[in-house]
Amino acid sequence: MSALAEPADGVGTYGDEARERVGFFTDTSVCIGCKACEVACKEWNLVPEDGLVWTGESYDNTSALGANTWRHVAFVEQNEPARVDGEGQVDALRWLMSSDVCKHCTHAACLDVCPTGSLIRTEFGTVVVQEDICNGCGYCVPACPFGVLDRRHLPRHSGDPPAEILGLQLGKKEDGRVWKCTLCYDRLKGGHEPACAKACPTDSIQFGPLDELRERADGRLEKLQAESWNGARLYGRDPDDGVGGFGAFFLLLDEPEVYGLPPDPVVTTRDLPSMWRTAAIAVGALAVGVVAAFVGGSD
Amino acid sequence: MESYYGRPIIKEPVWQPEIPVYFFTGGLGGASSVLSLVARVSGNEVLARRSIYIGAAADAVSPLLLISDLGRPERFLNMLRVFKVTSPMSVGSWILAVSSAGSSGAAFLNAIGRLRRVGDVARTVSAVSGAPLAVYTATLISDTAIPVWHEARRELPFLFGSSAAASAGAAAAIAVPAREAAPARRLAIGGALVESAVMLAMKRRLGLLGEPYDRDEAGRSAKVAKACSLGGATLLALAGRKGRLASSAGGALILAGELALRWSVFKAGFQSARDPKYTVLAQRERAIRRGAGARSDLLARP
Repeated sequence: MSALAEPADGVGTYGDEARERVGFFTDTSVCIGCKACEVACKEWNLVPEDGLVWTGESYDNTSALGANTWRHVAFVEQNEPARVDGEGQVDALRWLMSSDVCKHCTHAACLDVCPTGSLIRTEFGTVVVQEDICNGCGYCVPACPFGVLDRRHLPRHSGDPPAEILGLQLGKKEDGRVWKCTLCYDRLKGGHEPACAKACPTDSIQFGPLDELRERADGRLEKLQAESWNGARLYGRDPDDGVGGFGAFFLLLDEPEVYGLPPDPVVTTRDLPSMWRTAAIAVGALAVGVVAAFVGGSD
Repeated sequence: MESYYGRPIIKEPVWQPEIPVYFFTGGLGGASSVLSLVARVSGNEVLARRSIYIGAAADAVSPLLLISDLGRPERFLNMLRVFKVTSPMSVGSWILAVSSAGSSGAAFLNAIGRLRRVGDVARTVSAVSGAPLAVYTATLISDTAIPVWHEARRELPFLFGSSAAASAGAAAAIAVPAREAAPARRLAIGGALVESAVMLAMKRRLGLLGEPYDRDEAGRSAKVAKACSLGGATLLALAGRKGRLASSAGGALILAGELALRWSVFKAGFQSARDPKYTVLAQRERAIRRGAGARSDLLARP
């Protein structure tokens, strides 16, 4: 990892206030698609409504994470056997469900590129947007390799006219900041587990110290593989991956892209030292080019 | 390739048209400041003066475009709250602040004809920060998860740099009498040629990821860009020295071409973000190049 990227624990600057790094292990093999996590998240964090549409995409009418969706349950209907041990697998239908969330990356691109310092690493090792600082520049939105962050387009105050109308009048009277999962920073400070984990009825969403979760996940994977579950794998558990491991990682039953997740996410600031070098060479080339234009005189 | 109902994996940028226009004005402003300084050193006073006016004007418009694009414009000063080398936007905000102060100072002193020494210092400041101003926007967009931007990180700074050079040369070819504008014309022509070559090489190297640059709005805009900038360069080369009319027409064509080029690169990013194919295939290819076996939790098949 480059010198530009932050240290792996990310909480060094907190000194004595640094806490054990916590996160989520989302075990999708026991998710039942109840969406209690989506609801609990909205309720606790006062996340606004994000549209009431029927997508026709299985039971998923939420579609994706965004400024107003911090937990998203994906539903995938497949003509695939649930197990590969040769029992009862002909024409089997399996229904994959998975509750997606911000990954709270060890090396977080959103945090690296944020020009205002609004995005911070908390004492728990999580990644949080400080909404009183964010000026809505939008850089973190395409920087996130998971498409987690987005700008909120809603009136600033409940009495304001809808954003579309104001958009025509004044351009920028909407909220305009980026929002994402805080891993319930307020609850963590109070010693509580995040709302989604608290509400999950099957313990598909498990909250705890990251090291413990990783151990637990390894054990779970071993068990599922011994039982011949089709496609079981851990996603984001490896601290050596492109983002230094996820703070919120998953047990999936198929390729990541099947769930709308990137197969090999990287923090692009990893390449920033070489990108700055390329830029420096281009700056030099531009200067040389301008000087060269004067060779042969001014007429 | 499988996907989740064909939905994108990453988010499209939320940036509005102000941003590609800023890529253009930032490039124009930065390269004009460099052109002005070199002209001053070489004794071409008309070119030096007019270029710094162009640079100052472009540098004055640029922050307005950026502020207008913010979700919270009134918080624009938060951009200068910290300096982060990990954020090209933070670095760029400081570059723009310095370059803009330099060029406006130099232009002002030039206009009132006082404090020539101070004016020269200001011009030097604007030129030294102007070249990075013309290039950093390429680094900014390369440092994102957008496939056609990140994977083009080796070429984009040269594309943006040459486009900026062409813009500055073209604007000066319009503003300066043909007799004194020879270096500007050479810069415009050279910039346009280099830019076309870089674009070609970039798309060739990108392979599949070069596709979005040729498709839909990005592709149409790229065609306009190429026709305008190469057409303008030809006009400048053949008739630029003869008179103001041909020189202005050529310059205007190149400026239009450079704006279209920025628009094309901008739109290609959106197009590549929208289709999960580009995200997934680029990453699978990358993983294979690296030797997939080592990354069992991300890539192992059952």
